[in-house]
Amino acid sequence: MTAMKTEYRHIGKPTPRKDALEIVTGKAEFIDDVKRPAMLCGKVLRSPYPHANILEIDTTKADALPGVKAVLTHKNVPGWKTGIPRHVRVLDRKVRFVGDAVALVAAETEEIAAEALGLIKVEYEKLPAVYDVEQAIQPDAPQLYDEFPRNLVPLDVKVFGPKSLSKVVMGDVEKGFGEADFIGEGTYAYENLANPLPLEPPGVIAEWEGPEKLTVWSATQSASWHRFIMLSKMGFPDIRTISTHCGGSFGSKNYSAQPLFYAAALAKIAGRAVKVMYTKEEHFGAFALRLGSRFRGKVGIKKDGTVTAVSGEWFVDTGAFSDMAQAQIAVGCGEAQLMLRCANWDLRTKLVCTNRNASGIVRGFGGQELESAFHPILSIAMEQADLDPVEFFKKNYVKPGEGYYWRDGNWWVCRGKDYSNAIMEGAKAFQWKEKWKGWLTPTAVHGSKRIGVGVGVHGNADVGEDESEAYVRLNPDATATIHACVSESGMGQRSSLCKMVAEVLQLPLERVNMTPPDSLINPFDFGLVGSRGTFAIGSAVIAAAEDARQKLLALAAPLFHSEPDELETMDGKVCVKGKLDTGIPWKSVTGHTQTCTGLGRFKPDYSVPNFLILFVEVEVDTETGQAVLLNVVAATDAGQIIDPLSLEGQLYGALGAAGMDTALFEESVLDRSRGHLLNINMIDYKWRTFSELPRFRNVILETGIPTHRYKALGVGEIATSPGPSAILMAASNAVGKRLCDYPVTPERVLKALGKIKKE
Amino acid sequence: MASGETNVRSKKIMKREKINLTVNGHAYELDVGRRAHEVDPAHTLAKTLRETLGLTGTKIGCDHGSCGSCTVLMDGKAILSCMTLTVECDGKSITTIEGLGDPKTGILDPLQQAFIDHTAFQCGFCTPGMLMGAKALLGQNRSPDEGQVKEALSGHYCRCISHYHVLRAVLEAAKRAR
Repeated sequence: MTAMKTEYRHIGKPTPRKDALEIVTGKAEFIDDVKRPAMLCGKVLRSPYPHANILEIDTTKADALPGVKAVLTHKNVPGWKTGIPRHVRVLDRKVRFVGDAVALVAAETEEIAAEALGLIKVEYEKLPAVYDVEQAIQPDAPQLYDEFPRNLVPLDVKVFGPKSLSKVVMGDVEKGFGEADFIGEGTYAYENLANPLPLEPPGVIAEWEGPEKLTVWSATQSASWHRFIMLSKMGFPDIRTISTHCGGSFGSKNYSAQPLFYAAALAKIAGRAVKVMYTKEEHFGAFALRLGSRFRGKVGIKKDGTVTAVSGEWFVDTGAFSDMAQAQIAVGCGEAQLMLRCANWDLRTKLVCTNRNASGIVRGFGGQELESAFHPILSIAMEQADLDPVEFFKKNYVKPGEGYYWRDGNWWVCRGKDYSNAIMEGAKAFQWKEKWKGWLTPTAVHGSKRIGVGVGVHGNADVGEDESEAYVRLNPDATATIHACVSESGMGQRSSLCKMVAEVLQLPLERVNMTPPDSLINPFDFGLVGSRGTFAIGSAVIAAAEDARQKLLALAAPLFHSEPDELETMDGKVCVKGKLDTGIPWKSVTGHTQTCTGLGRFKPDYSVPNFLILFVEVEVDTETGQAVLLNVVAATDAGQIIDPLSLEGQLYGALGAAGMDTALFEESVLDRSRGHLLNINMIDYKWRTFSELPRFRNVILETGIPTHRYKALGVGEIATSPGPSAILMAASNAVGKRLCDYPVTPERVLKALGKIKKE
Repeated sequence: MASGETNVRSKKIMKREKINLTVNGHAYELDVGRRAHEVDPAHTLAKTLRETLGLTGTKIGCDHGSCGSCTVLMDGKAILSCMTLTVECDGKSITTIEGLGDPKTGILDPLQQAFIDHTAFQCGFCTPGMLMGAKALLGQNRSPDEGQVKEALSGHYCRCISHYHVLRAVLEAAKRAR
């Protein structure tokens, strides 16, 4: 297969990121580096209570403080709303979590704004709060929103069209369970409220030019969202969105509805630009956590690993709200089917709000949440059947010709790859066969330390999601400019798109550049979500470059007295195919002041899922209970690597962004008596340091995947997803006891070993 | 106790009303006070660098001394500029990311070049701090081994997980510099 691989000039070669110099010299501009003329600082007064009515709010003293330019409460704030369906106001007369916004201040300096917050007097009427997803749906539970009885958030919201997926129901589960040799059953949860926690806190600058024209600067991974998603929520002003360099997002900063609302509302009243930059504490306590996920159900399998039925109820906990939960449920339901080939499903969902900080978009987007809660049940069934999980996943991951209901509710048939080779290559690199000793059996025992191995898989068909449009402009100076609304939040995708265009046009990479991510100067692009950059945006820019190339050759044909298809372009010169000495510069074709522009479009295609398998080796100390990750192998087939260093970085990302470590030590600790998150700083919220890096090897196959001409497929988004369940499996095997709770803390290990008392 | 001493020192500084510090070779005399252009005694060095001097290459991630992104050099030693009050920096020499390499000629520090060559970043927000931390290490130890690089950078948070690329880059830069 490798022998057949096409050699490209740029594609697949390690090339410096186009923005590398800016980044290493500190010149890359992030949101907090941006200053607008006369810009004010916006700050938020936050609730100390998890659930309360605001009886009185007095801002007289804050208003009077010199330097204060705007003070907003629920009484005078614009009526904009977010949430699906729309229910989350900019400020409300009620607060629903500790940290919920109560009032907003814009002032000349941060110090004055902070002082003004302290001068606002609020009288609260405390209300009982609810934190547990199943308690929240009881009839007598405290209710967060009047419009959502029993705290059930509607699922029939058509987020992805009229048939938008909110459950997986097909076949006959009763018959399926009847055919099963083994049944795994139970209730398990993945609800440690992990935080994707990019290093840079969220921030937004808003500036109005007249009452209907808003410009928004923000750190986002998808530059268009603050326009196309916010337009309808804000009464359709003309929103221009500009994305700065984004200091990490992992989904969470796709858009920042709340900071945007605050900055825009304050800017409107103050008549000046306002920056709202969250502190780290706000980032932890009032931005976006992972959805809570609990699964009660069962799975039936046959001796040979055939899955006969899946049924159960998936409880999804948004916290106080979530702007994307229904979308995450849709994708999660789709991804479960990619992982498990099964004819009989009855998987129902409930979306519930509770009194803790809101959830948002996080890498893994519903699928990681569902699979992590579902995996213990699957493991029980595999354990009963004594099946090697690698063989099980190889057998059951979706294959070309097999179908699934995707997020739009349509039945899609996979025309992508059989990933069995990636699974086998990964297993070989990890030495799985040597290390796997059976369920609840350690690979090795060294005194009190026991080593176990685990494995997980994940895939996503959203790699071909949503729409993209791009222009490629050929300039007379033999450079090319890509117009596409693409941000940079770490994937290096802007550079990779330049590589694709440079390849089509046969230009040196330094001659291809891209417009800044700005909705005013670029056509629509949905953004860098679900690893769609490589396939979806890639397809659009490749098509645009090819269109421009064709137009250029058509313009040149008369000059050569030949047909366009007899010509080619090489290094900024048009020539007769294969005869570089006939070349004439682009400017001789277009004229010195004219350009030649091509258009490319991409339409959604959910038929080519990606795939990742993660193998992990965990050492558990049976004396202290501590579990340590020693070794990771990630294996995938990327079709064709665009940029090897960037792709590797994406896969190493398995260790970050509320990924694998949510099974080891990452969690937001909620005090259920007072509703406070207890560890909302970077000392108490645990994160992996350089000193604790495991061995990590990436196995990346490149066997060509039918996407676009470079046969490449993105895989970064799912890097975090298979990890948590793989770690549970490995730790369980190490100690010989089934561990089912995330994260595997020393306390939980020692409890499982009977060394400390169970509660 | 130390707090008593600090109080005496802050009072002295408030009286003096000016502090002198060198940043990337430039000498600055900054007025201490509460007006817009002045250095408030409560200002951190990170804030002064970014807002008073316009050197925004230094990043603030947590503002509580636990992520490493604000790391700069003070007299060659890596410090957290978000945990250092500017009024305590009188007479000190500070190097920030803008002062790495030779800003006049544009010649990069070997560390910067190695970070480019290895794509030792994803979002790039931790990179300035990471580079300054690595610079301090190589100033003290020209030939660190992998373990020593890990130890030196263990206070630097990178959520994208560019650690493996960073390790390669720092070891490569050390090799090139020798």
